[in-house]
Formats: sequence, structure tokens, C-alpha cells
Amino acid sequence: MLEIKDLHVRVEDKEILKGVNLTIPKGEVHAIMGRNGSGKSTLSYVMAGKEGYEITKGEVLLDGKNILDLDPNERASAGLFLAFQYPIEIPGVATMTFLKAAMNAQRKARGEDELLTPDFMREVKAAAKLLEIDNSMLKRPLNVGFSGGEKKRAEILQMALLKPKMCVFDETDSGLDIDALRIVSEGVNALRDENRSMLVITHYQRLLNYIVPDVVHVFSNGKIVKSGDKSLALELEEKGYAQYDESA
Amino acid sequence: MPAIKETIDQVKEIDLEKYKYGFETEIESDKAPKGLSEDIVRFISAKKDEPEWMLQWRLDAYKRWLTMKEPDWAKLDYPKIDFNDIYFYAAPKSTSGPKSLDEVDPELLETYKKLGIPLSEHAVLAGVEGAKIAVDAVFDSVSVVTTFREELAKDGIIFCSISEAIKEHPELIKKYLGSVVPVTDNYYSTLNCAVFTDGSFVYIPKGVRCPMELSTYFRINEKNTGQFERTLIIAEEDTYVSYLEGCTAPMRDENQLHAAVVELVALENAEIKYSTVQNWYPGNKEGVGGIYNFVTKRGDCRGDNSKISWTQVETGSAITWKYPSCILRGDGSRGEFYSIAISNGYQQIDSGTKMIHLGKNTSSKVIAKGIAAGFSDNTYRGLISAHKKAKGARNFTQCDSLLIGDKCGAHTIPYIEAKNSSVVFEHEATTSKISDDQMFYCQQRGLNEEEAVALIVNGFVRDVLQHLPMEFMVETQKLINISLEGSVG
Ligand SMILES: Nc1ncnc2c1ncn2[C@@H]1O[C@H](COP(=O)(O)OP(=O)(O)O)[C@@H](O)[C@H]1O
Ligand SMILES: [Mg+2]
Repeated sequence: MLEIKDLHVRVEDKEILKGVNLTIPKGEVHAIMGRNGSGKSTLSYVMAGKEGYEITKGEVLLDGKNILDLDPNERASAGLFLAFQYPIEIPGVATMTFLKAAMNAQRKARGEDELLTPDFMREVKAAAKLLEIDNSMLKRPLNVGFSGGEKKRAEILQMALLKPKMCVFDETDSGLDIDALRIVSEGVNALRDENRSMLVITHYQRLLNYIVPDVVHVFSNGKIVKSGDKSLALELEEKGYAQYDESA
Repeated sequence: MPAIKETIDQVKEIDLEKYKYGFETEIESDKAPKGLSEDIVRFISAKKDEPEWMLQWRLDAYKRWLTMKEPDWAKLDYPKIDFNDIYFYAAPKSTSGPKSLDEVDPELLETYKKLGIPLSEHAVLAGVEGAKIAVDAVFDSVSVVTTFREELAKDGIIFCSISEAIKEHPELIKKYLGSVVPVTDNYYSTLNCAVFTDGSFVYIPKGVRCPMELSTYFRINEKNTGQFERTLIIAEEDTYVSYLEGCTAPMRDENQLHAAVVELVALENAEIKYSTVQNWYPGNKEGVGGIYNFVTKRGDCRGDNSKISWTQVETGSAITWKYPSCILRGDGSRGEFYSIAISNGYQQIDSGTKMIHLGKNTSSKVIAKGIAAGFSDNTYRGLISAHKKAKGARNFTQCDSLLIGDKCGAHTIPYIEAKNSSVVFEHEATTSKISDDQMFYCQQRGLNEEEAVALIVNGFVRDVLQHLPMEFMVETQKLINISLEGSVG
């Protein structure tokens, strides 16, 4: 379960998050919708522990434990996963190599044994198949020269293998054509689980036709201004974000 | 990559000092008095029971050396070396030359075992170590053992210490020693000619493909000793040989001098692949101690269509001055240089290559990856030249530098000389830093800072790693991680 309590964040003297409150119970999928520049990515980065943000107030709790003092890798090992809006290139590091390094790093942090290569290979092959990722892509350096669709599929592949309990998807639909969107969404849906919570960040309703959320939140000017069920997303699509702007 | 995990565990065990080979072996030794003089040169030659012509060769070199000056063009900064404060000869007492394994001092075998070097032929033969590697182990000034000699001899291959070769194969030594690096080539190589103590000798007879990797491990153990090894590899027509060189030294507060000369001769259609993993003691975190490494390595592609390829992984030494080069004399010959040079702490590296195109349609390729961390300085210096007759010469050079932190420096100094208009020389260079975004991304996936840096660096050097023999690849990945320990945070 994830709880964000009255979170205030500044970047270079500018307040970006202005009191975010959000609770995602175990097993639920929530969506955050908001226009560009409203602070959605900032929220995801702060949760994951990226440097450069000043947290002036508030808490982020994962299963009741405040994670804001942990290093990013400790948060990851605690079960937090962020699918990046713009996945980063790691030149020279084969996707396969990266996957193994990440899985073993997390296992080590949790005091578990390193994966045996045959077990690792079996897991990767199975997860990759579901995402229509072929062997040759696994041998290419991670995200280097990947198409938009390949990058997002690689993100979901990592998530499938790392088995996090809290997944955050930042604009996972951006840069995807309709086929890629379907593959990625199916990959995400296959990972929906009663023990796993998800937060889907997007500014298009389209994605939510594929990944159907339990709760939709409207994000405007650094905070959540309205919450409702999945019909809220359709309403937003129709009427636009303007009605929420004055709440600033 | 299991290497990362293993390495980080290893490094944690080492705790304060990062250098894993920093132990000293308690062994009685036989030393010449400190300092350098004609008498010392005579002493070394006598110790080795050398023929008169060899002594004369050394004495001539010594006389020339006295007239020479230390070069100062490299981007290196170190106090003047006092040649009278160095022992030029030290040998483990019980070992006067290579013997069978049974006769070698168990302390010595233990040392090589600690270094992870398989000297026991049985272990290797039993498949414990996987692929077969023949090893020549050099401890301080002498070769202590050479393995697999008999098996190699069946193909007519000679693999022994240079001291032995001087006695057993004088005709080859007279013909080839100093034929690639002339006696008066440079200050350090001339010094080496006068005082070299041991090293390896390889001769591959015509038409033979060497059936296993050959390797030499150099270890400096004695305090204040210089190590001056001399390696000579001759590949006759239509041959192939792959040779590996590794080196370590204990941790010492004083700087130790190492000035080696390596000569390679490739005749028609011969191919020599020479790989080095250099891990001499780099000094401590404050920059105290460490090896001064002044090395002259040169290969002569003497025959048509011959090929020489240098691959080096430079992680150790306080000072590295090293430019493995190729003289592309034969028509259609090819030279390659693949390098990974990592500097951390207060290490200084000035390294690169020279590709001298003399023959027609010769080609060369250079891929150099420099990684600088801490307060270190890392310079790539490379010369590509084409003679008037080197019609159709081609070179491709790629130099990439990666900086970790903002207190280190990386420099690329290319020299290009083309004396005819038909050459095609291409040069590409990049300098980059590990970005915060890359670090954050890796950390978000669970890697800690050190693991993230190691992974990114391993990716950065991948094009070069691929050129290392399989057994050395894993070793090298570990070494890279150890060398970068403490470079972040
Ligand atoms: N590192 C930064 N430095 C300065 N301004 C930033 C930084 N990161 C985000 N911002 C600003 O914060 C606001 C929210 O950005 P972001 O979280 O990326 O929004 P969204 O993801 O909703 O499009 C924008 O006005 C953006 O310009
Ligand atoms: Mg965004």
C-alpha cells in the first residue's frame, strides 16, 4: 500500500507539488490525469528518490514505512518501480546484462542468493515473449537506438522481472502507436495482482481504455483536485482540464 | 554480471586498501648492491652466466644510456628517479633459473596461487581451469617456472625465459634482439638493454598455429627493486600465437621502477595477438607509493600480410608511460591497438600507440577507451604516420574518454603524418561523463552507486573487452570494478 501525505516539493525556489494526498491500497490501480507541466513527473521522481528536489513537507509511505530518507536503490529493493517517461540509454550494456545486474542487486539487498543463469534465462525468455521482445533486442545495449515502442516494452520487461509491489508508470503511452500500446497494456495487465499496486500517470484518456483503473485522480497545479471512478477519465476527455484550472 | 557482485564483495573484504595483490612474500633473496654502474651490468650478466657477446651488448647499451636524457614530453609529473637508490637485480635465493614445478619454492607457488595464476599443469590438465594456458612466471628479476614446455616443444614451439634463450638459442637472439626496438631507441629502453634481468621468449616455427594461450606473469616483490623485463616473440611465416601478460606488485610506500621492453616480429602471413592486463600497485589513496611504469612495446609486421594486435587493460601503476606500436613494413600488413586505461586516485597515465605505415595497402585500427576518476590524469597520445611508399594506407582511430567526478582530467593528443596523398586516416574522439540521469535510472532498478558506475563503465569499454581472450574478459571486468572502487560518493 502506498500513502502520500501532504507532499510539498520545490525545485529551484518554485513550488511544484503543493500538498499531494494519495492512498493506493494493495491490489488497486489508480490513474493520475493532468495536463503537461502540472507536476506529474515531478511526483514520480520524488517518489523514486531523484536528486534535485527539495521536499519541504509531507511523507511517502510504502507499506507504512516512510521511504523519503532511503536511497533510490533502497526504494527499488523495497519494491518501488518507476517506468520512465523517457527511458535512459546505457551504451554498451546489453539489455540482458542490465536485467541480470538489476535483479541480482535487488536480491542481494534483500539478502537473497544470486540467480542461477539457467533460471534467469528461463524467466527472461518467458517475460520477453509476452511483450513480443525478441532475442536480438535483448542483446542490444539498453534503450540505445530503441524505438519508442521498444523502450516502453523494455521498461515493462524490467518491471515483470523485478516484481515490484508498487509500480508507477509515467506517460507510458507517449510515443506509442496503437499496436505497441496494446502490447504494453497487455503486459501491464498481466502483472495486475492482488498484492501489487499501480499508479498510471497520463494526460490522455486513451491508455485507460486498455489499463482500466479502479480510481481516477485529476491533477492540476501541483495537487489532486478531484477523484472518482473510471468515468471521470471519460468526462475529462470530453470537457478538458480547463474547468480545474481556477482551483490554483 | 556476477563479476560485479563478486568484486564488490572482494573489495569490501580488502577494506582500507583497494589493491588486492598488495601482499608481500617472505622469501630469501639474492641481491646485487644498490645502484647502477658498469660493475652492476657485469654482475647481472655473470649471474645469468651469459656469453661474452651478450655482456658486450649490455655494456654498449649502458655506455649509450649514460649519454641520454630522460624524456619530458609526456604529460606526467613525478620527482626525478634516483637510479642509485634502486636494486637492479634481485632473485629468490633458491631459484637460479626455471626448473620443473617440483623444484620451485613452495612459498613462490603459494604466491602465484594467491594471484590466481595456474602454475600447476595438473590442475590445468584436469580441466579445473578450463582452457589450457602455458605460463612463464617471473618473480622479481628471474623466471621461476615455465609450464607446458614439453607439450609446446612437440610442435617445435620454443617458450622459455629469455635468459635460457640467450644460452640455448643464441642464433635467434642475435638475429632478433634489438631488431624492433633498437638499443638506442629511448632512455628507458636503452636502460633495459643494459640491465634487463628476465622475461619470456617465444618462437613459433613456420606453419604452426600455437595450440594454447601463452602467458607471462610478472611480480615485483623485493623492496626498491627495479624490474626490467625483456620479452621477444618471433612468429615465422604462416603462424598464429596469442600471448597474455599480467603483472602485480605488493603495496609499498616507495615508488618502484619498472621499465620493460617487448619486441614482436611477425613474418609473412603471421599473426601475433598480444594482450596485457597491467595491475601494478597504483599507490595509496593519497598518492603515496606505486609503480613507475615506463614501457617500450613494439611490433614489427615484417612480412607481407602479417598482423599484430595489441590489447591492453591498464589499471595499475602510479605512472604509466606506454605506447605499444606497430611498424607496418610488409605490404598488406595490419596493426591493431585496443586499449582500456583506467586511472583513479592520483594515478597518471600517458599512453597510446604508434602505427607506422611503410608498406603498400597497410591498415591499422585504434580503439582507445580512457576512464578517469578521482584526481587522476589520463592522456591518450597516438601517432599515425604513412611513408611515401605506403600507398593506400588506411587507419581508423576512435578515442573515447569517460570522466567520473570533476577533479580528474582526460586528454587526447593525436599526431597524424601522411607523406603520400592516397592514404585515408579517420579519427573520432569523444569525451563524456556518466550522467546523473544514467545513475538515477540504474539506481531506480536497484543498483547502488558503485554497482551502477561499474556497469556503465563495463558498457563503455565493451568494444575493447571483446578483443580480450575469454579467460581474461571476466578477470578484467572484475579488475575494472576494483579500480573504480571509491570513485563515487
Ligand atoms: N528540474 C527542474 N528544474 C526546474 N523546473 C522544473 C524541473 N522539473 C520540473 N520543473 C517544472 O515543474 C513543472 C512540472 O513539471 P513536470 O513534473 O515535468 O510536469 P508533467 O509531468 O505533469 O508534465 C513544470 O513547470 C516544469 O517546468
Ligand atoms: Mg511528465
